[in-house]
Amino acid sequence: MAEISPDKRVDIRGLVCPYTFVKAKLAIESMETGQILEILLDYDEAAKSIPKSMEAHGQQVLKVAKINDTDWVLLIRKAKE
Amino acid sequence: MDFTEDQILRYSRHIILPEVGGKGQAKIAGARVVIVGAGGLGCPVGYYLTAAGVGTLALIDDDTVELSNLQRQIAHSVDTIGMPKVESAKKTFNALNPDVTIVPVKVRISKDNILDLIRDYDIVVDGSDNFPTRYLINDACVMSGKPLVSGAILRFEGQVTTLIPGSGPCYRCLFEEPPPPGLVPSCQEAGVLGVLPGVIGGLQAAEVLKLILGKGEVLKGELLIYDALRTTFRKVKVPKNPSCPVCGENPSIKELIDYNEGYCAPQ
Ligand SMILES: [Zn+2]
Repeated sequence: MAEISPDKRVDIRGLVCPYTFVKAKLAIESMETGQILEILLDYDEAAKSIPKSMEAHGQQVLKVAKINDTDWVLLIRKAKE
Repeated sequence: MDFTEDQILRYSRHIILPEVGGKGQAKIAGARVVIVGAGGLGCPVGYYLTAAGVGTLALIDDDTVELSNLQRQIAHSVDTIGMPKVESAKKTFNALNPDVTIVPVKVRISKDNILDLIRDYDIVVDGSDNFPTRYLINDACVMSGKPLVSGAILRFEGQVTTLIPGSGPCYRCLFEEPPPPGLVPSCQEAGVLGVLPGVIGGLQAAEVLKLILGKGEVLKGELLIYDALRTTFRKVKVPKNPSCPVCGENPSIKELIDYNEGYCAPQ
C-alpha cells in the first residue's frame, strides 16, 4: 500500500478514554469529507476502541499500527459528515 | 466553535454522542432559552440546561425563596431563603457552569410585558404553577411563533407537551379555556410529591435539547402523562383544533388576556 499523506494530525498521547475519542471526533468533525486524519496515541485500549467507534459513526479506518513500544498510529478517512 | 480544553472535558459525554458531537454542542452553546417560573419545574429545567451548556438562560419569576419551597425546588437552599428566586437560582446555576449566561428577571409576567420578555429567545419553557400564566404564555408563543415546552404537576401526576406554532396544536387546542377558579384545587389540597417536578422538569429539559439539536422526535401533538403512584407513562394524541380560539383558522383571541386572579398559586 502506498504511503498515505494525512490532511490533519492529532497527537493524543497522554490522554485516556473517553478523551482520546472526544479529541479524535472533534478533529474529524472539523475536516471535509474525503480527507484523512492521522491520530498518534499511546493508550492501548484506544487503539481498539477508536477504530470501532469511528466505524460506528460511519468513518473509514485505513490503518491501525503500533509504531514503537508505546505509540500507535491510526489513519481515518472521513467518509461521512 | 473552538472549545477550550475545559469545555472538551465538561461536554465530552455530549460530544461522544453521534446525535450531538462538537457541532451539536456548539448549537447548544448558541441557544437562548427562557424559563417562566423558577420553582418546582424551573429549577430542574434550568439546572440541567445549565449543565448542558445552553448559551443564555433567562429566568422569570417574581417570588422569593421560602422554606416550604425546599421540599422540591432544588436550585434554592436555606442560605437563599428570602432572596428572589431568580437570584437564588442564578447563584446555583453559575456555580454549576459559569459558561452559561443566566439572566434573572424578577417581574410578574402579564399581557403587557410577556412579548417583550420572550422576544430575544428561541425556545420558551413553561414552569408556571397557575392557569392564568399558562394561558398567557401559550397565547404569546402562538402570536410570536415560538416553540413552547409545557409542563404541569399536581399531587402525584405530571404532564409534558411541546407546542410548535404553525405545525402542531397549542395549549388551547387541548383545553380551550382555563378552568373556573372554583374548580382549581385550593392551597390546602394542592400537594405535590417533591420528586415529581424533577421527573417532569427533566423531560422538559430533554425536549428543549432535542429542539436545539433538531434530533429525535419531540412531544408535538402528544401529551405525556406521568403517574408517580402507579409508575405509568401514558401518551395521549392531541390533534390541532381547526377552530381553536388562538391558533385556529379564524382566531377569536387576537390580543393577550390576563385572566382575573382568584386562582391559587401554591407556594
Ligand atoms: Zn390552538
